[in-house]
Amino acid sequence: MVISWSELGEGLRIALNSLKANRLRTVLTTLGILIGVIVVTVIIAVIQGLNVYVSEELSSLGTDNVYISRYPWMITSYEEWLRVSKRKRITENQFRFIQKHSRHAGVVVPEIVTRRTSRYRNESLDRVQIIGTTEDYIATSNSLPEMGRFFGETDVGVRRAVCVIGREVADRLFRNENPVGRRMKIGGHSFLVLGVLEKRGQMFGHSMDNNAIIPYSTFEKLFGRHRSFEIQVKAGGAEFVDALRDELEGLMRRARGLGAGQENDFSINQQSQLMEVYNNLTRVLWIVLIGIGSIALLVGGIGIMNIMLVSVTERTREIGVRKAIGAKRRIILWQFLVESMFISGIGVTIGLLISIGIALFVKQVSPLPVHLSTWIIFLGIGFTVAIGMFFGLYPASKAARLDPIEALRYE
Amino acid sequence: MLIELQGIVKDYRLGLEIVHALNGIDIRIDQNEYVAIMGPSGSGKSTLMNLIGCLDTPTEGTYFLNGSNVSHMDDDQLAEIRNREIGFVFQNFNLLPRASALHNVELPLIYNGTPASQRRDLAEEALIKVGLKDRMGHRPNELSGGQRQRVAVARALVNKPSIILADEPTGNLDTRTGDEIMDLFEDLHDGGNTIILVTHEEYIAEHSDRIIRLRDGRVERDESN
Repeated sequence: MVISWSELGEGLRIALNSLKANRLRTVLTTLGILIGVIVVTVIIAVIQGLNVYVSEELSSLGTDNVYISRYPWMITSYEEWLRVSKRKRITENQFRFIQKHSRHAGVVVPEIVTRRTSRYRNESLDRVQIIGTTEDYIATSNSLPEMGRFFGETDVGVRRAVCVIGREVADRLFRNENPVGRRMKIGGHSFLVLGVLEKRGQMFGHSMDNNAIIPYSTFEKLFGRHRSFEIQVKAGGAEFVDALRDELEGLMRRARGLGAGQENDFSINQQSQLMEVYNNLTRVLWIVLIGIGSIALLVGGIGIMNIMLVSVTERTREIGVRKAIGAKRRIILWQFLVESMFISGIGVTIGLLISIGIALFVKQVSPLPVHLSTWIIFLGIGFTVAIGMFFGLYPASKAARLDPIEALRYE
Repeated sequence: MLIELQGIVKDYRLGLEIVHALNGIDIRIDQNEYVAIMGPSGSGKSTLMNLIGCLDTPTEGTYFLNGSNVSHMDDDQLAEIRNREIGFVFQNFNLLPRASALHNVELPLIYNGTPASQRRDLAEEALIKVGLKDRMGHRPNELSGGQRQRVAVARALVNKPSIILADEPTGNLDTRTGDEIMDLFEDLHDGGNTIILVTHEEYIAEHSDRIIRLRDGRVERDESN
């Protein structure tokens, strides 16, 4: 079906004229489409924003890292909590066992954590996260020193009181001074600052820069030996992650002396598990999106169909005149399709403008990085054409098939 | 021969009954004739006009218009024939209310794909011919009845059709304005156009050169005026 420019122009002209003559009716008709478009674009924008947010947050965990912990990262029920809360701690010996026997592991790193007040001269910072680990922590946590250096193997071996501090600690305790080479107090003990880490930002609202990293041997000497370890294992390569996971499970069961029928009393966590939880969440959002969006668009589309049927009836005589002087079926068809696409176009355009407004507003008042980009224009054109065509087709073909004699006689 | 109707029969189904609107019509009309078709209501006059105007096709018989057989054409083919061969003038003008006089006259040109640049010139020319040089931008509701009918005549003329088919063109006009329109038809006839007039008023039919009288779906009389 082809249509010439002048025929298309005539279609647009007719559409404009009839919409101008029925302004209120047109606006009311587009309401359904408008709401549908707002729902769809805002939800898509939120999902896209969340995607960006979450993948940024999770990127610091590393895709090829496996974390052996006492508890799972996600506890979804009270029963589960009761079950896992009785687990015994993970010990230094188990860490050493894994380090010695794992073949798929690239790096194996222990982590013990506490919170202590830190001081430098008159400045004091409460509840700084103190992380006890080895020199290999750089590899699993991706925390590189921005100034100075990380501690080394000997520092761990001889339990030196040295630390590498996060950006926030450096800024708040040392102000404009260079912390490297200074002595600061952590939980009342004196530590030599070896380096300052690069800024790492936040993860789910927690600062990752409010910390001090020290050798785990020093940590146990000064703050006690009763804490559970988390064992961080970096795979030798991304392709070994699954094999590594299986191997670690077996090694841990041996290290913890579990019999054949006994359940794991530890958890092996990975970034991908969080992604899974997140993907489940967005799946729900997509279903809501598709549900509400399609209902609103259906209602809107039916509104357009209804108004187009009215329009065809009102203009029966005009259709008769046009046919009498030589308009073919497809021209009449196009004339009404152009009009219905025009109506849906108005709804979609206003809807998109409001959505952009909402997105900008949400961006201003919430931390959610709402993401709207050029694709919405294509989405808008797609919606306009699809809804206008689909719901305009029946009224338009009804108009096109009118008998000119009957139509001319219509009062 | 411009129009050749042979053995035209037209039946309608009206509920369960079949109405025989036309029962074997044979008419031949030449280039540049001025013909009036007359008859009381129910004589088949409107049916005949619809057939001649290619708005409908006959149940039986053949209709040659300007050399082509239009008896069995489909909707779109008929639309093309109407656009090219026939200029309609209706009793109630049938102009598009929201379009200017000029645009109303341009419409047939839009449907036959005349380029926009020529459309305007041709439409203006036609409006000047019917004496509406200074009313081109007006909408139908800003024009008098006589002026509206002139716009309709201009629209009928603009494609230079073979036939101008006028259905009671003065029916909605007062006598004086009606006479003006009839004068216009006279001029068009003198200019070489073929005119077919459908009317039930003797004094209107008097303007023509030949009167075809219908009764009960047949030609009752066909004589020069």
